[in-house]
Amino acid sequence: MSQTARAAEQAARDSYGRLLAFLAARTGDIALAEDALAEAFAAALTHWPTRGVPDTPDAWLLRVARNSMTDRQRHIARFHSPEESPEMVAPDDAGADALPDDRLALLLVCAHPAIARDLHTPLMLQTVLGLDAATIARVFMVSAPALTKRLVRAKSKVRDARIPFVIPGPDALPERAEAVMEAVYAAHTVDWLAPSDMMGGEALYLADLLVRLLPDLPEARGLAALIAYGHARRAARVVDDVLVPTDQQDMALWDADLSRYGDGHLAAALAHAAPGRFQIEAAIQQVHMARAATGATDWAALNKLYFALLQVAPSAGALVAQAVVTGKVHGPAAGLAALDAVAGSVGADVQPLWAARADLLAEAGEIA
Amino acid sequence: MRYTFLLYSDPADFADMTPEDWEAEKQLYGAYIAALNEAGAFLDTDWLQPVNTATTLTTKGGTRQVQDGPFAETKERLGGYFAVDVPDLDAALAWAEKCPAARHGRIEIRPSAMSEG
Repeated sequence: MSQTARAAEQAARDSYGRLLAFLAARTGDIALAEDALAEAFAAALTHWPTRGVPDTPDAWLLRVARNSMTDRQRHIARFHSPEESPEMVAPDDAGADALPDDRLALLLVCAHPAIARDLHTPLMLQTVLGLDAATIARVFMVSAPALTKRLVRAKSKVRDARIPFVIPGPDALPERAEAVMEAVYAAHTVDWLAPSDMMGGEALYLADLLVRLLPDLPEARGLAALIAYGHARRAARVVDDVLVPTDQQDMALWDADLSRYGDGHLAAALAHAAPGRFQIEAAIQQVHMARAATGATDWAALNKLYFALLQVAPSAGALVAQAVVTGKVHGPAAGLAALDAVAGSVGADVQPLWAARADLLAEAGEIA
Repeated sequence: MRYTFLLYSDPADFADMTPEDWEAEKQLYGAYIAALNEAGAFLDTDWLQPVNTATTLTTKGGTRQVQDGPFAETKERLGGYFAVDVPDLDAALAWAEKCPAARHGRIEIRPSAMSEG
């Protein structure tokens, strides 16, 4: 995608997410805000082609959405206890940029500990990016009606249990931001497993947004870099339906812009001297990307980085990757021994374990 | 907004408690209630007798049916509750975390369905 197209796409996404966050934060009711915004977009489709696009489309959308919301609340009020009309002081003649940005509060609500962990990512994709439940269900390989129902219930809980749209104080923010990052990482992971579903762009958008919202959080920058490096290789990752290992990918297919974007954020993150899991994972990806400049993969550097990663965030994937790197540094026999050592702790049903074993056995065979 | 903390615990966890332990527990609850009061968040609380004292009644189906025992036989029993009035779920969670019952059991936090005012 060209820089311009990317900028246009980001602007459109920013607009939806900001409008929804603004409406939801002021009512505590995500579903109400979604319905009102959908109505506003539908009205735009009828009015704009004939009357022309307003000078400030976002302000126009916001005005229509607010009116729709007030109507709906009046309607609801006939059946339930009357709620106060939501206070929404927003300049009518300005774009979404003039609105207070409530997207961090919205992201924190989506990843609130009172919301089931496996709904954090789907809620973010739906509210911040406006994806529909059917698309999200397909990406996560779950039933669409079941996910739809769970998302509706989660939004009802946010409203009825009154989960607040606030930025918590410095004592609670790190833990809450961690949950947001985990959810963004999960969007990245699902793309990684099934790249054809193209959730990578969404994950990158969310990670980039989080950096814009929390610029001083080094792990957020690490996460953005990590996802950018992965997304930079999307065209090279799968050839003829087969996953190609990073060290064998055609580097001509890598996205140099995204790679530089990753370098920038990783450098800014590391400047804080507060390393964490996402920064280390990004550094691992950066070593892979460096092959484009040096022509070789620095396995010794990867070995050290995986060692560090296993200290802060042990996982089956990292254990297997570490064994593979051991094979590259010390030979396939050492790699196979390392793989045997980790097989017990990661479980035999981990697919990458078998793929790694096959590769190492093939290499050992070539040498013998 | 009103929230009720339903305090669940396994009675087996309290089997070894001495009268001194119970006295210490009471002090903790007293301090907790005082803190809730001071914050203007306290509404109500009760500490329930064990489930062997429970009687369950229903008029579902048109007739009055009375049964000995609790509604549901579970390992963790409802032992008491707190009703608090706080702005939102984050505030409710913060108070539940301070509740002495959280150390031994689980606290279910439920928002009130009654309209406010």
